[in-house]
Amino acid sequence: MIKAILIFNNHGKPRLAKFFTHYNEDDQQQIVRETFHLVSKRDDNVCNFLEGGTLIGGADYRLVYRHYATLYFVFCVDSSESELGILDLIQVFVETLDKCFENVCELDLIFHIDKVHHILAELVMGGMVLETNMTEILTRIEEQSKIEKQEAGLSAAPARAAAAVKNINLPNISTSNIHLPNLPSFK
Amino acid sequence: MLDSQREAIQYYPQNARKLKRGHSAKYIASCIEEIKNELKQDNMAVKANAVAKLTYIQMLGYDISWAAFNIIEVMSSSKFTFKRTGYLAASQCFHEGTEVLMLTTNMVRKDVNSANQYEAGISMSGLACFTSPDLARDLANDLMSLMASTKPYVRKKAVLLMYKIFLKFPEALRPAFPRLKAKLEDPDPGVQSAAVNVICELARQNPKNYLSLAPLFFKLMTTSTNNWMLIKIIKLFGALTPLEPRLGKKLLEPLTNLIHSTSAMSLLYECINTVISVLVSLSSGMPDQNASIQLCVQKLRILIEDSDQNLKYLGLLAMSKILKTHPKSVQNHKDLILDCLDDRDESIRLRALDLLYGMVSKKNLMEIVKKLMVHVDKAEGSIYRDELLSKIIQICSQNNYQYIINFEWYISILVELTRIEGTKHGHLIASQMLDVAIRVKAIQPFACKQMAQLLENTHLIVGTAVQANGICEVLYAAAWIVGEFPQHLLNPRHTLDAMFHGRITSLPGHIQSIYVQNIVKLYSAIIHQLEEEEDKEKCQETTLFMLEKLPQFTASAHLEVQERACCIIQLLKYVNKLLDKDVWVAEELTGLFEGELNPVAPKAQKKVPVPEGLDLDKWINSPPSDDSDDEVTIDTMFIHDANRVNHTPVYEELSEEEMEKRRAARRVDQANNPHYLKDDKRLKPKKKKLKDLAAENSTVDSIPVAEIDLNVPLHVPGISVTDEYMKKANLQTKKKHRKKHKRGKRGRRDSNSSDDIPVAHKVDIVEEEMPEGADLSDHDGEDERPADDPHRALDIDLERPLDEGDRLPVREHYEVGTGLKLLDKSEGAPTEKPKRKHRKGKEEKSGKSKKEGGKDKKKKKKKVHKETEGVSKQPPEDGESQVEEPNLMGGAEEEEEIKVNGVTEKEVPQTQDVEEKKEKKVDETKANSTNEMDDISYWLSKDEEAEKIKPEEINDAQPKETEVTEGSKKSKKEKKSKKDKKKDKKKNHHVKEEYEQVGNGETSNPTSDAPATEDPQPAPIPPMSSYRLLAENPSIKMTYETRIDPKQTNQVVISVIFSNLTSNHLKSLEFNVLDSLNTKLIREIGASTHDGVKVPFQLPPSATNEGQFAFTINSINMSQKLRGTLTYVVKDDDGSTSEKLDFKVHLPISSYVTATPCNSDQFARLLSGGDLTGKSSVTAQLGNSEFPEVVARICFHAHLGVVERVESTVSLYGRSIQGHDICVLIKAMPNGSLSIDGKSTDASLISNFLDEIRSLGS
Repeated sequence: MIKAILIFNNHGKPRLAKFFTHYNEDDQQQIVRETFHLVSKRDDNVCNFLEGGTLIGGADYRLVYRHYATLYFVFCVDSSESELGILDLIQVFVETLDKCFENVCELDLIFHIDKVHHILAELVMGGMVLETNMTEILTRIEEQSKIEKQEAGLSAAPARAAAAVKNINLPNISTSNIHLPNLPSFK
Repeated sequence: MLDSQREAIQYYPQNARKLKRGHSAKYIASCIEEIKNELKQDNMAVKANAVAKLTYIQMLGYDISWAAFNIIEVMSSSKFTFKRTGYLAASQCFHEGTEVLMLTTNMVRKDVNSANQYEAGISMSGLACFTSPDLARDLANDLMSLMASTKPYVRKKAVLLMYKIFLKFPEALRPAFPRLKAKLEDPDPGVQSAAVNVICELARQNPKNYLSLAPLFFKLMTTSTNNWMLIKIIKLFGALTPLEPRLGKKLLEPLTNLIHSTSAMSLLYECINTVISVLVSLSSGMPDQNASIQLCVQKLRILIEDSDQNLKYLGLLAMSKILKTHPKSVQNHKDLILDCLDDRDESIRLRALDLLYGMVSKKNLMEIVKKLMVHVDKAEGSIYRDELLSKIIQICSQNNYQYIINFEWYISILVELTRIEGTKHGHLIASQMLDVAIRVKAIQPFACKQMAQLLENTHLIVGTAVQANGICEVLYAAAWIVGEFPQHLLNPRHTLDAMFHGRITSLPGHIQSIYVQNIVKLYSAIIHQLEEEEDKEKCQETTLFMLEKLPQFTASAHLEVQERACCIIQLLKYVNKLLDKDVWVAEELTGLFEGELNPVAPKAQKKVPVPEGLDLDKWINSPPSDDSDDEVTIDTMFIHDANRVNHTPVYEELSEEEMEKRRAARRVDQANNPHYLKDDKRLKPKKKKLKDLAAENSTVDSIPVAEIDLNVPLHVPGISVTDEYMKKANLQTKKKHRKKHKRGKRGRRDSNSSDDIPVAHKVDIVEEEMPEGADLSDHDGEDERPADDPHRALDIDLERPLDEGDRLPVREHYEVGTGLKLLDKSEGAPTEKPKRKHRKGKEEKSGKSKKEGGKDKKKKKKKVHKETEGVSKQPPEDGESQVEEPNLMGGAEEEEEIKVNGVTEKEVPQTQDVEEKKEKKVDETKANSTNEMDDISYWLSKDEEAEKIKPEEINDAQPKETEVTEGSKKSKKEKKSKKDKKKDKKKNHHVKEEYEQVGNGETSNPTSDAPATEDPQPAPIPPMSSYRLLAENPSIKMTYETRIDPKQTNQVVISVIFSNLTSNHLKSLEFNVLDSLNTKLIREIGASTHDGVKVPFQLPPSATNEGQFAFTINSINMSQKLRGTLTYVVKDDDGSTSEKLDFKVHLPISSYVTATPCNSDQFARLLSGGDLTGKSSVTAQLGNSEFPEVVARICFHAHLGVVERVESTVSLYGRSIQGHDICVLIKAMPNGSLSIDGKSTDASLISNFLDEIRSLGS
């Protein structure tokens, strides 16, 4: 089982937090902080597994994470999950994001957090891995956005145009892309 | 995208920017105000937008539960986009305790059943995050049917969601399990993988219940190529093997193959892991075990040597598992693991450290510790250094100092460790010093000298900062040791001076008080010595010195220190006075500190045995027996809860008799030995063999010794350095020098004085004291899971066939009626719903009577359960009773049942009639589960027979199995030789297997056809077959029967036996049926309605095989005839010719009916309830056959179960797959005809059904 999925940037700002067991908001923030603390001080060339923090899990849990450019993707999993499998899953997740957003960067996650959640929902459901096949995931996402577009209809067109203009003047938070795939996949 | 949503998105970066500026709280507050306004608007788009914003704010750590209502509003929107936003917000902030969840039940139900698969998808994803017990119970049935959805996407999600349902509503597990199991063979790989996932999760927690699935998983493992699924399955096997070693043996080969063949590291790693757990579970004696271990270790070495840190880490992790059982194989790779200690990655270093712990031996301890000491000095970061330190101590002290051959060395190591700056483990070091000094008598002189050195160099230890639990803790140990064993000191007076030296008053209080106390002890020893030398002057001088120095403690802020100091000063003043008068005081002084301390085992208190005759559960004073109402609660407090009884309340007093007994025992003890209790039996003097030493020391020299670079001079004058011990030991063995140590005063048996064993340092380890008669075995690990672990509730027996209790609650309208009415309805039992809080309002409306009715109903059901159990515990009496419960599961089964039902009510006597019936049922179910278990043992033993390894266990199993299958018959076969029996068994088994495999629907629910086959008829009933001829031509013959799965409401399977009547090969068989509106053949995905279904086999000459074809059906209230064609190719010598055969499949109503157990009470209630509106009656001619025979025939073909039989009247009951109750009453009329009356919930169904019965009857 996956207990939590966290994405935060190099400064520890949460970009996505999905908990599959209930924690109240304060605990959630604490967990994000603690996880960030654990993960951020590690070099990029050390192993991607980490014994879990004190707040989340315990002996049976471990953190599996990957660091892409400005973002950390952290999965907290128990012993029923294969560590290497989860690493692979993170890669699938990021690659899917990359396909959906076309060169995904941190900004995409801030802007389209809902979409990221929907993509994640196609991979993991209630803490269990739902699908690992990327083509299948992409088809499902594609079909859902079709429905979304149908519902939005013509009325959305002007809004889209306006938003596009607005986008041009956006502040430059961080546009460095996540750079995929620059890590050795373990096959 | 909507305008509003774009706005929402615009919102986020602003938000982030402002947060950076530190305006967060204020800014968020203003945002929330804005959101609140938006939520008040009627426009759904605006609301959805606001909810989307809330989701973001929630991520930033703000509570949004106040908007739960609005979230639900958005969830209920008809637009997919909004709905999705709503569900997302809900999944982020709703949880089990969210109160508004109870409002969502119907909405979620509607959504999961939505025709749009994505709508169903988002609602299921959401539900997976916020399932509550109420929701789980109410939606379990809907999800069950969704598992059979035609859309793989929905099926997949429903399967996964079922796991969450099980967690919250364990009762759903048993009814849902058959379907879940079927999903393991789903054509869609995603669904299959989901099912594997769920079952693995379940099995991980309660593996023993899932052993029977092993063959299925084995098949999947050997056929599947989906790595993700393989990993899960292999992990599952890892959990199963400890329960069934034979499974492990079977697994070894395919796993080894996988290890050799796979290129995926993740899979390789899991395979190795499982092989390891297999090897662990196998008690040694397997010839190829070593080979497997070697293979694993080899592969792991490759992983560890890999440049990828992840693989390295996992490799070490797996190594540590091997280490536990096969330390030797791992020890060969010591070099590799020591190398890992130098790795730059801390997690890898820690893993390697863990491994070292298990790798030490007497031979290499010194070497390894030396290496670790080097690392301690090099280590950056105090955390890792502390970890190293504690690891060193752990390694050395493990198993009661098993691997230490030279305690002088160990003390030196401990002293060296005190030089580590900023460690948090001062306390640990101190306790080790104390432990060793107390328990190893021979080391006391040495330890004492070392401690004196420490005390003289306190400035090095205390340094500038004194921190709690810091290294200064070692002074505690040092002071005590010096005070306790002053006789070993070289210069006691010098030590005494040292103890007053330095900044002792800045030490923590507890250390100061130890100082004060031990100063006096030391002082009294000095006086004693001086008096022996009759050096009175020195005595007085020392006393005055003390009197001068001690007052610094009387001003201490620590009470204990102050108190002790004051007392002692007074004492010393008195001593001084006496000395002035030339009185010798040494005797009295030393008398103050006489006696020895013996170590007591930490568990000693717990292990004090309960004296004979003492019953802790017995009331000592009779319980308060006043008439107040409170009495009831007290009773339940103590008697009701079995666990509680063990804890005798503290205030209970012992009876006079007991007290006397105890006092006597204590007196005896005291008389024998006033000061300490020795338990001589358990003394095991440690010895060291010469050979070991030689081997060990030959390697020591070759180790490169790094120079230690320390700020603090390591070599404190007088403190010996550990290296010397290694050299010394080395030298010693080279010269074969025998060094003899003086044994401590209290040295033990003479046995260790045998001079021919040369040892580096002779050692006595004093065993910790234990109370006499204490149980030495450790069984503390009884409770593994916390009481609130949801998996506890999921420990459910899945082999036991489903019974009427195992129904999922079905949605129902709430009826306003009397309790009696409700009782009637409860017949089918699916409606059993525990009371819900949130429906209270409604229930109150409907009146109290209903409530009571509900309660009654509940009670009644529990009674029934209880009864079944009661019977099942009785020794079985009839033929089948010879079936022995397989020890694998049998024992646990009954317990589980009890657990599941948790019945507390007392048994109520019922009529003999019902009881008998129950008994029968129970026996059947027993036999059935026995069969299933035997299938596993057969599956497992098959292998072994082939290997010609026949452990006795299997041989024993054989006659048992024969009995299982032949059971009550007790035929001649039993007299046959064993060989024959074996053959029989095999044959039987194949038949059985085939039957089960084919039986799918009906046999998975054995109780359903039980009444038909187990008809309690004395007269022999002619054998009946449900196979009917479908079509025949000169080359092929087809017979078929229909089957259903009681859990599938709209599916029927026809099973067709194809017989090749020619001497040619028949191939390319294709089965096609012209679909009707109501009934459609289930074809491959993507196939059109004109395509046939390929029969998955060919028919060799005169062969017979069976194929199954499933149909979906909408309505079942009339019989169906479907036309179809079978096309096939006949291949003979001349070539192949294509042929076809037309047929008509008849699907009578009876094919949708299952015989469901029903007792006469339920039957009567059903009839008197108003639900059975459809009525019909027909008459038939009895013809030549007898009444009982006709009834049996009707039961068999129409799938009805006998409820009750009274002379020439019989009532029958069945249930359709769509939940129609079917009640039939058959009377034999005096004129030789049969009157058949039927009632059902559907009028056309019953009238058509009776027509079918009529044709059966005549």
